[in-house]
Parts: sequence; C-alpha cells; structure tokens
Amino acid sequence: MKFGIVVFPGTWSDRDCFYSVHNICGQDAVYIWHKETDLTGCDCVILPGGFSYGDYLRTGAIARFSPVMEAVADFSKKGRPVIGICNGFQVLCEANLLPGVLRQNEHLQYRCQWTYLKTETISTPFTNKCKKGQVLKIPISHYEGRYYAGDDVIKELEDGGRVAFRYGTPAGEITAAANPNGALNNIAGIINKQGNVLGMMPHPERSCEDVLGSVDGNIIWESIIAGI
Amino acid sequence: MPASKEQLEEIALSRKEYNLIVSRLGREPTEVELGMFGSLWSEHCGYKHSKALLKLFPTSGKYVLIKPGEENAGVIDIGDGQVIGFKIESHNHPSYIEPYQGAATGVGGIVRDIFTMGLRPIALANSLRFGPMSDPHNRYLMGGVVGGIAGYGNCLGIADVCGEIYFDSCYSGNPLVNALCLGIGRQEDLTRARASGAGNLVMLVGADTGRDGLHGASGLASRTFEEQRELRSAVQVGNPFMEKLLIEACLELTRTGWIVGLQDCGAAGLTSAAIEAADKGDSGLDIDVARVPRREKGMTPYEVMLSESQERMIVIVKKGYEDRVRVLFDRWGLHSDIIGTVTDDGMATIRDEGKVVAHAPVKYLNSPPVYRFRPKRPSWLDDLQELDFNKIKDMKPADTGKLLLRLLASPNICSKRQVFRQYDHQVGNNSVVLPGEGDAAVLRIQETTKAYTLVTDGNGRYCYVNPLVGGVIAVAEAARNTACMGARPMAITNCLNFGNPERNDVMYQMHQCIQGMSQACRRLKTPVVSGNVSLYNETRGVAIFPTPVVGMVGLIKDVKRRCTAGFKDEGDAVFLLGDTGDEKSLGSSEYLELLHGMVRGTQAIDLSAEKSLHDLLIRAIGRGLLKSAHDCSDGGLAVTLAESCIIGGRGFKGDLPAHGRLDAALFGEAQSRAVVSIDPGAVRKLEDMAFKHGVPVTRLGTVGGGRFILKGLADLPVNDLVKAWSGGV
Repeated sequence: MKFGIVVFPGTWSDRDCFYSVHNICGQDAVYIWHKETDLTGCDCVILPGGFSYGDYLRTGAIARFSPVMEAVADFSKKGRPVIGICNGFQVLCEANLLPGVLRQNEHLQYRCQWTYLKTETISTPFTNKCKKGQVLKIPISHYEGRYYAGDDVIKELEDGGRVAFRYGTPAGEITAAANPNGALNNIAGIINKQGNVLGMMPHPERSCEDVLGSVDGNIIWESIIAGI
Repeated sequence: MPASKEQLEEIALSRKEYNLIVSRLGREPTEVELGMFGSLWSEHCGYKHSKALLKLFPTSGKYVLIKPGEENAGVIDIGDGQVIGFKIESHNHPSYIEPYQGAATGVGGIVRDIFTMGLRPIALANSLRFGPMSDPHNRYLMGGVVGGIAGYGNCLGIADVCGEIYFDSCYSGNPLVNALCLGIGRQEDLTRARASGAGNLVMLVGADTGRDGLHGASGLASRTFEEQRELRSAVQVGNPFMEKLLIEACLELTRTGWIVGLQDCGAAGLTSAAIEAADKGDSGLDIDVARVPRREKGMTPYEVMLSESQERMIVIVKKGYEDRVRVLFDRWGLHSDIIGTVTDDGMATIRDEGKVVAHAPVKYLNSPPVYRFRPKRPSWLDDLQELDFNKIKDMKPADTGKLLLRLLASPNICSKRQVFRQYDHQVGNNSVVLPGEGDAAVLRIQETTKAYTLVTDGNGRYCYVNPLVGGVIAVAEAARNTACMGARPMAITNCLNFGNPERNDVMYQMHQCIQGMSQACRRLKTPVVSGNVSLYNETRGVAIFPTPVVGMVGLIKDVKRRCTAGFKDEGDAVFLLGDTGDEKSLGSSEYLELLHGMVRGTQAIDLSAEKSLHDLLIRAIGRGLLKSAHDCSDGGLAVTLAESCIIGGRGFKGDLPAHGRLDAALFGEAQSRAVVSIDPGAVRKLEDMAFKHGVPVTRLGTVGGGRFILKGLADLPVNDLVKAWSGGV
C-alpha cells in the first residue's frame, strides 16, 4: 500500500514517518507538498508532526488553509484513513475534521518523554492489530498537547467509544500522575465519528525499532496496512 | 578626518589598530570601511588574542577531513562515504543581556554553520553555566536560556541529545551558553564557504535585514559584562521557522551543482560572510547595499553591512543559474536577491545605489593583527593548589548516608531531567541512548550498523585551581564518557570561555588550559577539528573560572555493542576499574566545596592510565562483556555507584576498598576510573582483560535488592537516592 505524507513548511516528522512506514514496514510512501491537491494513489494520508508555519498564530491554524487540506477533507469523506500525529492532530482539529482543541500543556513547558498509551478501542483501522487494553510505549514531544473540548463533545467521544488512546502507567492504569500535559480524561488520541480519522499527540513513527527503545508504534502502521 | 575616540570605542578598536588600518590603506578609512574593519578585527571574528595559542592544538589525525578554520565547522570521515561535521560556539554575552533570544540565536547560528556545509543537522548539545539558583536573577537567566534553546531547537526538528549544567557563583554575572551542532552527510555533498569565479553572483537569501544585532561581534563579544547593560539592541531576535525553511532549501540547493559556495551571515553579518568567503576564494566582491531587502526604512550602508539580523545566508551562484536558484527559494517561500558579483581584483567594493562607500583589499580586511601576550603565572595559584588535611576533618562513617544524599541533591550532580525533558531529544529517529541514561548520547547511523556518541564536558573548578591539569581532564573526561558507551573517541570541538585576555593572569590560564588539552588530545588521539573562543567573561574585574568546554564525537562499530550507566540485572558483579588514589583526590571536588566551602587543591591525572582504561572499556564493551559502565567524576565513587542504582532502578550491596581517609575514598574525584557491572560468570574474563591492559580492578559488590548498602557505612532505600537526586534543579 501507499502512504501519502503531507509536508507543510515547518513540518519535521515527515522524514521519520517516511522511514518507519517505508524502511521498517516496507510500504510505499510519497511526500505530498502542502500546495498539491491530488492524493490519487494514496491509501492512507499522514499529517506528521512539526511546527507548520512556525505555529506562530496558533498551532495548525494556518496549515488548515493549505490547498492540500481540502483534498485531505475529501479523502476522509470517502472513508479513507487519515492519521494526524502531534502537529498533524492539531491541524485536524483546526480543520474541523476532529472535534476539540489542543491547548498549551498545563505546566507551560515543552515535554519530550516516553508515554504509555492504553488502547481504548480496537475496532478502528488504526488499532485493529492491538489487543484490548494493550499498553503501547510511544513518546510525546509537544508544547501544545492538552486535549480539551466542551462537556458535550467529551461525552459524545466517551459514549461513542471514540477515545483511541489514553495516557496511563506502564501497567495501563489511568492516573493523574501518568498524564503528561493535563489533557482531559488523559486523552492522547481520538477518532472521528466515521472512525477513519485518527489524531494523536504521541509519535508512533519514533517507536518502530528495538534500537530506538520501542517497537509499539508499528502496531498502528500494521493495523492500517491490514485494513487496506 | 581621523576617527574620534567615541567612534573607535563603539567598534572596540584601539587607536593603534586604527593607525594600522590607515597605514595599510594609505588613507583614512570611510565610515563603512571602519565599521567593517572593527567587526572583522574583533576578538569574536578575528581571534586576535587567541590565534597564536590556538596553533598549539593538534588538528590532524586518522579521521580528520576538514580542519579548524578551513570551513564553518570541522569534518571527520566516519567511513562508507559518510562524514560528520560538528562545532561548538558560545553565545554567553547575548544570553546575559536577553537570555531567551540570546540562547535561541546561539542555537540558530551554530545550526547554520552545519547546514551551510551541505550537512543535515542531526543533533544539538549544550553546555551551560549559571550562578547559584538561590539568586532569583540567576533563575531568570536559566529559565530564559533553557526556554530559548527549547523554543528554537524544537521548532527546527533537531534532536537535542546531551549537555551539562554547572553552577558556581563566578558565573552569576557571566553565564555561559555554549551550543553544539552536529551534522551528517555524504562526502560528495560537502559545500564550501567560498566566493570564487569572477562574474558569479552573490545572492542574499532568507530574512530581511534590520537594525538588530548591530555591533554584536565588536560590541558585545569584545567587552566585559558590566559595559553591556545598555547594549540590549545588540542582541538579535530569532525566527526558527525561517531557519527551518533555510535548512531544507539550502540542503536541496547544495545537491544541484548550481552554486560554488554557501556562507551564513553570523557575527558581523553581511560583512564577515562576504569578506571571509571572498578571502577563502582569493577573490574580490562588488556589492550594492541598495539591493539588500530591509525590514525598516532609512538604514545607512553602515547599518546594512553590520546588521546581525538572523536567518540570512549568502549564496555564490554560478552565472546563468540565478533564475533556477530563485525558483528553488521561492518554492520554500524565501526571498533571494542578487546583491553583487564576484570579482578578480581582490577588492571589497561596497556601493550604495552605485556610489562607492567602501573599497578596501579583502586581504587587509580579513587579517587582523595577532597579539602575543606574555602569560604570567599568578602568585595566588600556589596557595590555591595546596590542601592542608590537618585543617579538613574527615567525615564520620555514620554520616555516609546523609552526606551521599546531600551530594546527590547538589545542583551540580542532581538529575537535569527538568531541563532536558523540555528539549526534543528523539526527533530524527536516531537517538539510541537518551539523556540521563548514559555518560554520552548515542545516535545510530541510519542504514548502517554503526553509531556515534556525543558528549560535552568541562570542569571550571579544576581549571581554576590548576589550568594545565584542568585542561587535560576536560578532554580526558569527555573521552572516558565516550569509552563508557563503548565508543572510540574520534575528535573534539571546543569552546574556550575565559576572562579578559588583556590581563596576564587570564592569558596564563588560557595558555595552560590549551597546553593541557593539547597533551590529552595527542595522547588520546582526538584532534581538534573546530572551536570558538569567548573572552571578556568577567564582571567588575572578577573573571569566571577558566572554562574550556569540550565536545567529543566517538564511533561505535556495532550499535548493538553499546553500554549505558544503569545497573541491569540482579546478581551482577560490580567492579571499579582504575585506581582510587589518595586523599589528594579531594582537591577541587564537589564534596570539598559543598561540605567545607573550599575550592582548592589540585587533581592529578596520568594520561597513560587514562588511555589504558579507555582501551579496556572499549574492548570489553565491544566483546559484550559489560552490562553497565559509568565514569567516576563529580562526587566520586559513592555518587557513581548511587547513580548506577538510580538509573538502573536496582539496589547494590558491597564494600568500599578501605584505606586512608574515608571522605576521599567515598567522594574523592580521582581520575581515570569507571564503575562497571558484569554477569557473575564473566568475572574471570574481565580480570584477565584488565590485567592485560594494566588497569587495576577491584570488586565492589553485587547488584540487587531495593537498597543501597555499603557495609558499615550506609544502608538506604534506592527510592531515597532517587528522591534526593530528582529534586535538585
């Protein structure tokens, strides 16, 4: 299958995403410059991490107006898989492809560290290879990663089983201490109503090799590959 | 009309230097020429006080491809057609005036030095020194500096993988902010920073030019700190997003064959970029400042030539390729403007709308006078190197636990996690050993089995008390850290942070430190490939500790054969490699300062013993024999053992080799030592190997349980160690 990796000015996880899906998982991958509008041939679109447009106005706020985002919206409407990682998650929220926002971390500091994600649903194209409740060791790296939404949205997400991952302990307990940024309900990743768009703050592309400390990110790529 | 005293003061030139300019030109310089001379002859650009001393460093060796001064950074050959370029640079003065932007633009500057050469910046490191955190101003400085490094580096997507932070009151008015960048690439993609080929075009790309950073090189970096309070406008403001675009655009450009050279506008802006490139290419340049895009109106040619606005590069484009180059930069949303041409007359011709405002030979501009000072050994050194042990009471055995906890919590020893977790240290998918896990960072080289290490080191206290020995140790400790990861040290970069070079005692410190470093570099086969000098680090006549900072890169042949500092498995045997020495090892130690308020007493080091230890470590790790290795440094043996417990989350039970003073045995900082752990079945192998290398080996105890036990001395839960160590900064 073929992954399309969107590159905005200021994106930096593009190369890591390419490396993990192509060199590690053996799939085709292409970079898609933000001015392009043609996603033909792509089976899955990745919006990678970074600081699109320097994140100067508000994270993801300018990137959502890039020409490629219209194509991404059309792609998602067709029910095809879109995954936004870190800045990509922020862009998806700004583009209204996912509900809610990502606010500054509660402690007002950047955080780069390993996190342990409890998989809350395995009936998505991104988690179908996970075991129920499986804990994935995947790192975060962000300043604005505190998931926030109104009570009604949170209820809808929780009731609809749309929280994909929560920050937890290595044993899978969801505790305040395991929450690295103050996200509501320890939310690390969510999916849209149709179930084909995932946004997550942690970086699966950084945890695909033993030598880098974890291979758990591969489960997400393998799930996507299995679903195509 | 000769320049006034005020004019000369503004650009930090002496009357004698001015007279030299007049005699070289055969006339009075124009205003623009004077500004250009002032910048290029500043210590920061011209190294006029340090050049003679820098010649002492060994600069060639097996791995060296590009030596110091030849290009923006030194380059080593790591085999398979791949090369690594790296360099460390100071941004001390700007960071004192405006900590966030000072540190941020320090990162920006050193990153440009790397990608200018066609190498992709992969890793950052930083070496920081502050005054005690009890002073709120120091907290403000540190908060700003760390924020600036994080804010700039994280936005670029370059992993910030290692560094150190030390505190001492001598840095209160003089913080040190040294930033290192490392890049990797293919040898054929290396790009030179030279302007050659008459008729080729000079293009300026990136940010517009403003009034920020005027006199950064001549003003800030060439004055002592108390003169700088009103110089905030000399600090530049960084735009990491623009830099990120420049990285991608320039790396694309260096693979096209459309250019002959690439140079960043760093200190002294367009002046140094253009003149240094022309000098390297044995060419002249004809530049019209009216063609330089500006961010404010009414700038004079003088201001345009000296502006240190960030995120700008000059590109020397082959004639006929300018449109293609412009299209490439347009795609990245970056300006590119032709501002002049390369000439073959050896002259720097600067125009303003065609009218000549400066016309001076490039060679004159770029050859500042070189000063030789007579280093004079300060008389106070003799006393400082003595330790009267009758006056220093030995500790009581029962106090071991309490003292250990106190040392672990000391700002110089405690965990720096609060800082490094604010830096993205994993982007790039190369980071194998993360900050806090080992003595150095380990990064793998994609699509090979190889890896390299990166570490920075520099103990100002040792250098203050004994600059020669301190210089040796700065290099030796970096190499020991490297060897503890299983890597062979390859080369170093260094940042020489000293006081006012016009003082004989400061020149003595510098001379001795450089001699010590050079001795170690020769013996340990780690030549100097790049570096930077930061002088005038003093406030009200009080200089900082002489603080040479060493950045070292080492090579691991097989990334699987690497080592980290934490204990691994229950029952593993723990050994000390090296000799604990005598009570003199307390000299200049963390313990002595913390417990007795003393910074005195000289350390000793034997480079042969040091080299043997490294060879043993590298060999033992290469054979897969060691499960952990941790260098014995700040806080001595007891702290090293405790850190291996903390990092590994394991307990330890054992004895200390008892002899002489207990404080020296526990907390003395004797050099050339490491604590290692191995499978109990491998004891014989390690002992044989150590014997062959002539390295003393002492069994200390066993890994296991949840407590840290030194028989008859201390018995503490590992959690208590963790708590003390984690709560510091």
